[in-house]
Amino acid sequence: MQKPVIATTSLAGCFGCHMSLLDIDERILELAELVEFDKSPFNDIKNFTRQCDIGLIEGGCCLDENVHVLEAFRKNCRILVAVGECAIMGGLPAMRNGIPIKECLDEAYLNGPTVRNTNEMKIMPNDDELPILLDRVYPCHEVVKIDFFLPGCPPNAELIWNALNALINNSEMDLPYEVFKYD
Amino acid sequence: MEQSVSSILDTYQRDPTQLMDILIDIQSEAGYISDQAIEQAALGLNISKADVEQTRSFYHFFSKKPRGKYSIYLNTSVVACMMGRDTVARTFEHETGIPFNSVTRDGLIGLFETSCIGMSDQEPAAIINDRIFPNLTPFRAKELIRDIKAGKTMDELIVEGFGDGQNSNKDIRAIINNNIRKIGPVLSPDYKPGKVIREILPKMTPGQVIDEVKNSNLRGRGGAGFPTGMKWELCRQTESSEKYIFCNADEGEPGTFKDRVILTERPKLLLEGMVIAAYATGASHGILYMRHEYKYLKKYLENLIQGAHKRKFLGKDIAGIKGFDFDIRIQLGAGSYVCGEESALIESAEGKRGEPRDRPPFPVEKGYLNQPTVVNNVETFCAAVKVLLNGGNWYRSFGTKDSTGTKVLSISGDCRNPGIYEVEWGFSVNDMCEMAGADDLQAVQVGGPSGSLIGPGDFDRILCYADLSTGGSLILFNHTRDLLQDVVLNFTSFFIDESCGSCSTCRIMPVLLRNKLNKILNARGMNSDIVDMVNWAKVLKASRCGLGQTAANPIVSSILNFKHLYDQRIRGGTHYDMGFDLNRAIQEAGTATGRFPLME
Ligand SMILES: Cc1cc2nc3c(=O)[nH]c(=O)nc-3n(C[C@H](O)[C@H](O)[C@H](O)COP(=O)(O)O)c2cc1C
Ligand code: SF4
Ligand code: SF4
Repeated sequence: MQKPVIATTSLAGCFGCHMSLLDIDERILELAELVEFDKSPFNDIKNFTRQCDIGLIEGGCCLDENVHVLEAFRKNCRILVAVGECAIMGGLPAMRNGIPIKECLDEAYLNGPTVRNTNEMKIMPNDDELPILLDRVYPCHEVVKIDFFLPGCPPNAELIWNALNALINNSEMDLPYEVFKYD
Repeated sequence: MEQSVSSILDTYQRDPTQLMDILIDIQSEAGYISDQAIEQAALGLNISKADVEQTRSFYHFFSKKPRGKYSIYLNTSVVACMMGRDTVARTFEHETGIPFNSVTRDGLIGLFETSCIGMSDQEPAAIINDRIFPNLTPFRAKELIRDIKAGKTMDELIVEGFGDGQNSNKDIRAIINNNIRKIGPVLSPDYKPGKVIREILPKMTPGQVIDEVKNSNLRGRGGAGFPTGMKWELCRQTESSEKYIFCNADEGEPGTFKDRVILTERPKLLLEGMVIAAYATGASHGILYMRHEYKYLKKYLENLIQGAHKRKFLGKDIAGIKGFDFDIRIQLGAGSYVCGEESALIESAEGKRGEPRDRPPFPVEKGYLNQPTVVNNVETFCAAVKVLLNGGNWYRSFGTKDSTGTKVLSISGDCRNPGIYEVEWGFSVNDMCEMAGADDLQAVQVGGPSGSLIGPGDFDRILCYADLSTGGSLILFNHTRDLLQDVVLNFTSFFIDESCGSCSTCRIMPVLLRNKLNKILNARGMNSDIVDMVNWAKVLKASRCGLGQTAANPIVSSILNFKHLYDQRIRGGTHYDMGFDLNRAIQEAGTATGRFPLME
């Protein structure tokens, strides 16, 4: 049987969720035996090279580019999993959602303490090459269909590991209370 | 203002439970409740600033900033919108040069929206400085703004003359009409005020009064239909030196206005009913909690209460019954639908935010100031008077077996004769529509937003507690109405606006449901959205009070009875669509960074 193919990405996230996956420690070798990786920061493959089985998404969508990547994942992965608070709810980046974009940009480029005196020409980056901010940070499921959600910030390594195992083996997920208890 | 806040505090003996009245007076005197006034009130009442602040922030008619010398509150009820509210609103905006929710720069005029103000039979209606202006047209709106700018007084703004019956009374002088279309045994004008108090109570023990009411099978007319005699008995049985009788005249359910008419035309009947309840339960204080929208009735009612004292229908040793003391005061609300819920009503009357309490304990055990309290609807008290006058058996001769007596209905919407109708329980919806002069109807909303939206297939159903239970509102819709856009969306927004916010279910779920509904209305809906709405709505049942528990009713009952309207707007062939629109999502940043219209 062909090994299942996994792709991962970090959208508007902090890479904490990816780090958490690495927290499975030596079992990473086991994982490498079990699956193959396509597009992912782990192997630095930038573009999809084939249809994948599982896509792990960290982070929500705060830029148009995030939306394009997420849509590409939906197209190229049979199963999409939103990993972590940011992917599920927008998370920390979504704290800007109550603030108008203009105010955010002004603070970041014109008025903030680190730019106030240095950005003398009052330049607001607007090159066409740059991704563009969305009006608010969107959780992944508000953009494409997400099949599974793994909660946590970041989700516990065991939770990710158990979920992957369940998906790969098409079995019931082992879900002891400890792996998703956070307080 | 410092001076007047101080004298307002004195008027209410610096009693913190009178905070509502205090804030109402400050608001009406200054046009707003400043932070400074809050500080002063807190100091004077010896409560924390947060306590004052949280009451101010809860109610729609309290404001932190000036609301204009003339504050115009145009209501957003379904019927108002059906009768042309939007063009009136645009005219107000055009003539004043400001959008709603703001005040003209000179501070002269403020434009605000508000929920149904109990005028559904004469919409669109607005409140300007506590006075009601019904039946507005764009022409009239223009005239009003012109006259306000010309410096006319409130009295001079009225050109339509005063309404029928007591609406023209010197203490009321309102443009409003009663539109009484059918009178039954409860509202019958053949009534001698005080007869029960003077001639019947002295001959009965409180227990006998309760038995008679129980025998009549009278149930609460405020919507929930709790047996009135049992409520009184429970209160009677709770030991306490202080007990209270509350009349619930909050009448906030959109489309309901019958209590307003009763307060105008049969107030003595209501007061007599409260006295009877006091006698039955052993209460010595009564509070008539009236929605702020009906403030124009306050002086009139207060004079009647005074008159009742003079005639010894209120006061000490009423009707010569030794130790039977009872008085009534009026408590105004300040714009909040949830305050109609009995425990929220009590909280509000104590000067607090109108947040429903956890029950039990029920008000009959621990109500106002933690004392046993009976809360009844205006109409319930009125019916009780007739029960004592003519006997429970007589009362039971009207209506059906489980729903005895009559119900006063508020009928509005697409019909020739909107107004109030007192009918026996057991009337069918069809009969009602015919009576109101409506034909070719598409739907009827029975029981306001928290009730159900039914189609012609259900018009042979009858009004009674067992089938179509109603607090009295029927709104009729003909075939020109877009039920989802004009009715369901409006009602859902109403619940969102009026939620007190205590329960996460009620605070959040209606918003999610409205998003789904909007998605469907914007032609992005899928079948799964409908399924989701029905399933998600179930969590609302976990809410603390009836508001949250029924907040999904407009959506759920329209899905049940008008599924085809949803199906017509559903996109086939798509499996997933959250309604995300990338072009729209990048618009704001594109403009902010000056990248657009490059993207076009
Ligand atoms: C959100 C909400 C609003 C209510 N509004 C009113 C109202 O405006 N008038 C009313 O009489 N009852 C209203 N009720 C019902 C009251 O809680 C209470 O049942 C009623 O006043 C009891 O009087 P009754 O037994 O005479 O009907 C409301 C209930 C809820 C949950
Ligand atoms: S969920 Fe937490 S760990 Fe994961 S990307 Fe967001 S902030 Fe980082
Ligand atoms: S259900 Fe809604 S209105 Fe009622 S208590 Fe809860 S939050 Fe408040």
